[in-house]
Amino acid sequence: MTTRHQEPLLTVRGLHVDYFDRADPVHAVSGVDLTLLRGETLGIVGESGCGKSTLVTAVTRLERPPAVTTAGSVLFHGKDGAPPVDLLTLTDRQLGALRWEKIAVVFQSAMNALNPVLRLGAQFSDVLRRHRGLSKKEALTRAGELLGMVGIPADRLRSYAHELSGGMRQRATIALALACEPDLVVMDEPTTAVDVVMQRQILRQVSRLKRELGFSVIFITHDLSLLIEIADRIAVMYAGKVVETGPARQLYTDPKHPYTEALRGAFPPLHGPRREITGIPGSPPGLRVLPQGCAFHPRCAHRFEPCDRTTPPLLALGAGEAACHLHQTVRGEEDHHARVS
Amino acid sequence: MPASAEPVLEAHGEPVLEARDVVKRFPLHGPGQHGKEVHAVEPTSLALHAGRITALVGESGSGKSTLARMLALAYPPTEGEIRLDGAPVKQARTARGKRAYYRQVQMVFQDPFSSLSPVHRLRYILSRPLQLHGHASGRAELERQILDLLNRVNLTPADQFIDKFPHELSGGQRQRVAIARALAARPKVLLGDEPVSMLDVSIRLDILNLLGTLRDDEGLAILYITHDIAGARYFADEIKVLYAGQLVESGPADAVVEQPRHPYTRLLLESAPDPDREGALLDAPEVVDDEETLGEPPSLVDPPAGCRFHPRCPLAKPVCATAFPPRTQFDDGQWVHCWSYDEENYR
Repeated sequence: MTTRHQEPLLTVRGLHVDYFDRADPVHAVSGVDLTLLRGETLGIVGESGCGKSTLVTAVTRLERPPAVTTAGSVLFHGKDGAPPVDLLTLTDRQLGALRWEKIAVVFQSAMNALNPVLRLGAQFSDVLRRHRGLSKKEALTRAGELLGMVGIPADRLRSYAHELSGGMRQRATIALALACEPDLVVMDEPTTAVDVVMQRQILRQVSRLKRELGFSVIFITHDLSLLIEIADRIAVMYAGKVVETGPARQLYTDPKHPYTEALRGAFPPLHGPRREITGIPGSPPGLRVLPQGCAFHPRCAHRFEPCDRTTPPLLALGAGEAACHLHQTVRGEEDHHARVS
Repeated sequence: MPASAEPVLEAHGEPVLEARDVVKRFPLHGPGQHGKEVHAVEPTSLALHAGRITALVGESGSGKSTLARMLALAYPPTEGEIRLDGAPVKQARTARGKRAYYRQVQMVFQDPFSSLSPVHRLRYILSRPLQLHGHASGRAELERQILDLLNRVNLTPADQFIDKFPHELSGGQRQRVAIARALAARPKVLLGDEPVSMLDVSIRLDILNLLGTLRDDEGLAILYITHDIAGARYFADEIKVLYAGQLVESGPADAVVEQPRHPYTRLLLESAPDPDREGALLDAPEVVDDEETLGEPPSLVDPPAGCRFHPRCPLAKPVCATAFPPRTQFDDGQWVHCWSYDEENYR
């Protein structure tokens, strides 16, 4: 899927987000670099409190106080070699022009994302009339088509959000996000609140629509097993940092970072013999008092000498990147051997 | 014994807690709805045995929580009865009667963020059931038992946790406190209503392993309600699949997952995330996304006649819309309610 489009759509460099809710700030996202290619599905995975949502709200400029983006750049690349714009420097008016048109967001709770006192039709035509300049009638026709794409009959336009089932509401928000055919759709745990059968149906629809319309997806979840099936590439976050990135399948078959390995081992398999497996001991650190060195070292099964002293940088490794002393030492030795021979 | 009682389970001795042919219908209120009812649970029997975990798997609205709440005496069954240790439970109206029941049967809820009082320390939260059920008296004895409870749910070092407030704990730790609180009553039965679905995937296993230990070491009978069939297979002894208030399949956990016999169980398994299923999602055949194929569980106010799964079922034949299929029993202890196993009538 990715080979077709190698041009980047979104380049995040050195992003820092702090929460200034007390005297000293909390570093919720510290120094994240990410690249999203055109037409790609990038999964972001990590436990609660790892900064996944903070990262994407900052990238989409939806952060609310006390969150403040303190450093970094988020370059959004236009089509046909147009110069990239840094989303972090745009004014509200410029951002307003990008929203829906180029970037749309689907949140976890469809109940809260839809306006409870407006019929679905009104919410769709709001967006379509503002951004597409359609007349009221045209907007409703288009809204019906959009709902049709996600398998909701057009007569549902007259329904209020509470009259729809949870799955339908979530599908409606996805249709709404696609209303202006954006280049990027950010999905923050879009299927956490729905049942497995509906989850699968929604994901299948998203991947079909993605094929048809060619948008890119940033998909956030804490369920790595799900992500491996749907993402092209995955970035694993821990304590506000990206600790590993790589092709989805590689993260499953050959995870480099012990945290990725632990996440992969934490869901019970559907096949094979039943054997005892353990979750990850402990819980993610509070961001206010991060452990010294690699933030994962207190929970890590492979920790050794440098882990509690120095923070490993995110370095290229195979088809991806990993931030772990384990590989940096190994690689260092290989370099050493290479030099000796 | 009524015909629908569990024949296979005799091998595991007398059930501790049993629902026999329970039915739950909720009357609707409001204009235009007079006389209508939500048919939440159709005649269903379920038995819990000491030292066994029974998983009840189904989607939202399948009636799994309603069934659990009937077992917890939160709702009286419309028909049928709940039996504890072989004796029918009179709907306990008095506080004394309820307390005696809850000394045997305890619940663990889904949301550990709202099930623990935010204004009390763990010491108080855990001391209440110990005092109420008369298991501890005297300050020193109480403290010893609270520490023991914290140790049993692996909140160690216990003396550091005892004076914490729930907000100082992570979700997984809070759920451990909720389990410790349930254990304080020294129950024989634990009813877990989606006890891990609010937790991160990475912590779920710890809680499941803890429940497994309680089953093995203390012989608790556990009902584990979930929509995650992989988790159910991981640690339950038996899986029962509930669809729209009807039990459609039951059997040993491995058998149900490896050889699902009901089309709905197969749908659940196909929908479960499974990284070993290479690229299935992206290469899926082009499905027509109309409302019918997307299907959701039916409205329980006016449920489909016969097998309630028939509007979504790939195997549906006319007979499926007329009557609920009889039970087909297999040698390995699995059974299924599906007309496709009834060669004579499957037309």
